[in-house]
Amino acid sequence: MKDVFTGSLVRLSAFDPEEMSKVFPRWNSNSEYFRLLNSSARSMQSSKAALKWMEEEVGEMSLESYYFSIRTLAEDKLIGEIGLDVVNWPGRDAFVGLGIGETEYWSKGYGTDVMNVLLRFAFMEINLRRVSLGVFEYNPRAIRSYEKVGFRPEGRMRRLLKREGRRWDNLFMGILREEWLELNASVPAEAAIGT
Amino acid sequence: MFDIQTQLFEGQEIRFGPIDHEKDPEIESKWTHDSDFMRMMDTAPARPMSAAIVRKQYEKLEKQIEEKKNLFHFMIRAKTDDRLIGMATVNRVEWTNSNAFLRLGIGAAENRRKGYGTQALQMLLRFAFAELNLFRVSAMVPEYNEAALGLLKKFGFVQEVCRRKALERDGQRWDLYVFGLLSEEWQGQTKG
Amino acid sequence: MKDLFRGELVRFTFEEPEAGAKAEVRWQRDTEFIRLADSDPSRLSSEKKLKEWFDHQAEDGPKSERVSFSVRTLEEDKYIGFLGLWIDLIQSEAWVGLGIGEREFWSKGYGSDMMKLCQQYVFAELGLARLSLGLHEYNPRALRSYEKCGFRLEGRTRQDLAREGHRYDSLWMGILRDEWQQMQKGENR
Repeated sequence: MKDVFTGSLVRLSAFDPEEMSKVFPRWNSNSEYFRLLNSSARSMQSSKAALKWMEEEVGEMSLESYYFSIRTLAEDKLIGEIGLDVVNWPGRDAFVGLGIGETEYWSKGYGTDVMNVLLRFAFMEINLRRVSLGVFEYNPRAIRSYEKVGFRPEGRMRRLLKREGRRWDNLFMGILREEWLELNASVPAEAAIGT
Repeated sequence: MFDIQTQLFEGQEIRFGPIDHEKDPEIESKWTHDSDFMRMMDTAPARPMSAAIVRKQYEKLEKQIEEKKNLFHFMIRAKTDDRLIGMATVNRVEWTNSNAFLRLGIGAAENRRKGYGTQALQMLLRFAFAELNLFRVSAMVPEYNEAALGLLKKFGFVQEVCRRKALERDGQRWDLYVFGLLSEEWQGQTKG
Repeated sequence: MKDLFRGELVRFTFEEPEAGAKAEVRWQRDTEFIRLADSDPSRLSSEKKLKEWFDHQAEDGPKSERVSFSVRTLEEDKYIGFLGLWIDLIQSEAWVGLGIGEREFWSKGYGSDMMKLCQQYVFAELGLARLSLGLHEYNPRALRSYEKCGFRLEGRTRQDLAREGHRYDSLWMGILRDEWQQMQKGENR
């Protein structure tokens, strides 16, 4: 069977609150990163508060939420986090959220790679039928990356955000399982059943 | 032949042991990152777990063992260096019906194809039949797990049920087989 | 759209704790009922304990993995039994367990009606891909009823159950959504 955790640049790894709570404050102190990911301002969170929040939110293994840390294959370095929240089981739809906190890994294909692995996990392991996401219109790098992976624009919440004196839209994008399968129909049958 | 003095928990190259809460979580955490292994081991979705989560799972497991008394869990270790190789379980024990399910997994790829699975299943069966006095044991295996199918057949398990398309993975639906072995069948083997 | 909870003979509801527990206590005393319904050893629970289960359901609220129904007759609104679903969302499959505690409603089509309603709920509302069930080999009445509803016998775990000094096989059955849809088409012709 194809590996559902490994891509070509990164792999999905366990989301460990101990480890994550140590890097989150640093990542979130970079306001550019924070503003790409979050729609509203927050007071800065300490490691201790982050740990508590993570243990509550991510501590248990739930049927609805799947959170991963992202590690590079080359150096096993922790560079970000990605999570899937199932919003509608009968419809088999989930929202994905991705953040690459280590900025030197931006614009190098890591985002595209991890999103593709996540979609493989979503469609081939959790058996979802579609994945949705929201992205701010001032994040063209992410929008391009998601389009490359197969997401299509589905709508916008007009003028949702206000930052730096102007208003910005929130874009909705979605990808259907059949669409992703078509883009990724490269795995031959024999390779799909492992020993 | 087996008798009351032959060790239940010592094999040729492996032994059964308890959970080591200090060391085992890290190792098991690594296995959970191997999606191949997880997809062979379980029908539940593969998910990488941190050592902290594994530790919590061990606690839940030991709680269930205490409270429900319908489960026996063994860690499989190599006799040479005591390294953790896998786990073996007798679960879903129904005492009044004298039946149970078996589960077995060798976690790291480099430890497979070495006969450990065979040794472990042998020990697990002896525990189930000669110590728990079960009448029969079952195992549920997806059709794509050829290694498990081969191992079960080697031990004389009979395929009894085909749960059609009961599992979805990799974009298709798979059959889940239920295998069964009766105590008298096992006894017939060990005597021969 | 069809009424999901009304069949031809029965309807699905959920009992108030008092009434539910009282009826269950009575049914549990009927050993034949228990032994047909369950593989766990027959036991007698107090009304208090049974009421706790119903209260628990009320507190927890709706859950996606477990759905329980009480079954009442349409004609007299009599509470006659239960139907429970254990749902595996990832595999898109559910297990169903049902029981009719009131004997006079056995062999009269009530079980089939309950099962048909259940299939409709599972396939048309939950959109699952498969429905499974287990039964004992000494329950031919149920086997016939389920076969009529389209379930296929998928195997038997040999001598799985011990009762009255005998061992009995457990039967495993399943129906796929496509098969159910085919049946619906056939019936509507």
